Amino acid sequence: MRSITIGESTFSCQPDETVLETLLRENIKVPNGCRQGLCQACQMRSLDNSPPVSAQVGLKDTLQKQNYFLACICHPEQDMTVALPNQQGASIEAGVIKKQLLTPDIVQLVLEYQSPFNFFAGQFVNLKRADGLTRSYSIANIPHHENILEFHIRRLPNGQFSSWVYDELEPGESVTISEAQGSCHYLPGRAEQPLMLVGTGSGLAPLYGIIADALAQDHSGPIHLYHGSRDLNGLYFVDEMRELAAEFDNFHYTPCLSGEDIESDHVRGRAHDIALSSTESLSGWRVFLCGHPEMVNQTKRMAFMKGASMGDIYADAFHVIQAEK
Amino acid sequence: MSESQEPTSNQTLYEKLGGEAAVNAAVDIFYRKVLADHRINRFFDNSDMEKQAAKQKAFLTMAFGGPNNYSGTDMRTAHARLVKMGLNASHFDAVMEHLGATLTELNVPAELIAQAAAIAESTRNDVLGK
Repeated sequence: MRSITIGESTFSCQPDETVLETLLRENIKVPNGCRQGLCQACQMRSLDNSPPVSAQVGLKDTLQKQNYFLACICHPEQDMTVALPNQQGASIEAGVIKKQLLTPDIVQLVLEYQSPFNFFAGQFVNLKRADGLTRSYSIANIPHHENILEFHIRRLPNGQFSSWVYDELEPGESVTISEAQGSCHYLPGRAEQPLMLVGTGSGLAPLYGIIADALAQDHSGPIHLYHGSRDLNGLYFVDEMRELAAEFDNFHYTPCLSGEDIESDHVRGRAHDIALSSTESLSGWRVFLCGHPEMVNQTKRMAFMKGASMGDIYADAFHVIQAEK
Repeated sequence: MSESQEPTSNQTLYEKLGGEAAVNAAVDIFYRKVLADHRINRFFDNSDMEKQAAKQKAFLTMAFGGPNNYSGTDMRTAHARLVKMGLNASHFDAVMEHLGATLTELNVPAELIAQAAAIAESTRNDVLGK
């Protein structure tokens, strides 16, 4: 008999019982629906061992890689420690080692951590201030031995957290970071697949990490990045991206400006419009979308209608938390 | 659609259609048709497209005669909100059209399309809350 651990409790999974049946029998609240592995309402994550492959059918490949599974079709093959998607794992402390303005509106924040920490480039973490104020930000770098995390934080009008980072947080101080979350990241395999990445403003942060990851893993297909902003203050890393395009033949960079009457040599128009009109069909493409929620949701739909498979669209919408009055 | 096996009379409709692989092949095509159809796409508008696609997959699995646990009551409950939004027989007909067109596009023989359509048709009253 296998045991299932969730939070502080451990239960026995009876023979023929699924993880969902065990947890419901023990009065653990688990959202569920069809109970046949289709609606994905009972999605959970295994924190120790890989779940049975048969319990991951239909899940996005990035979620499979993170050991997500469907509780209603999971007959455990070994003891499992599981968590619901909204259950937070352990947090760690990280110290600020660099803070630098990228544009008047966007600051680059680099943190260094000592405890073990795993992530995929493109995922996000919750940054927490000592008093508990918490916001999600995307990681802009790939994992490496230096144990650092880079963030691009846009200052929002009345943004409590972003203003604090801008005005007060200094190198030497520390913040708490949650475990890395999100399914918008690169996975190796299908190296010849064309990639389209569209981001607005600081949506470049996760895309920058994803591109670095893809190139580090020898992605051979064309990689097209469209970075958009209304004005020049939202476009950053232009030189870095152009250098990357000069270094890698398969990387193509198109900065786009959507605002009126701006003098620049960038492409005029909204990044997602320019991206979508650049190709007849997106059939067979892998698409990454990060930034403004409206742009992300609209483009997701348009990319799907243009032939991209639903499983090949990875999105991270940056929702703004309104300041409490 | 299964190339490895010759269809035999012992096979279920789901097996003849190609099982889960066939559902996976059909779901993007079907969902694209539904979203492109201005008669019905407002019922499928959902910012969470993955969840919506998972529901389409559940529907196709059922229509293909595959394993499913949906009862008539589930169908009624799940669609009650849409009936309030004005879901009626013409919308159901449109979905049936797209189901047929999807299977035709995947070169499914007409006889099997008719069987799948009959299963989908059997849910009409529950879906429409009649």
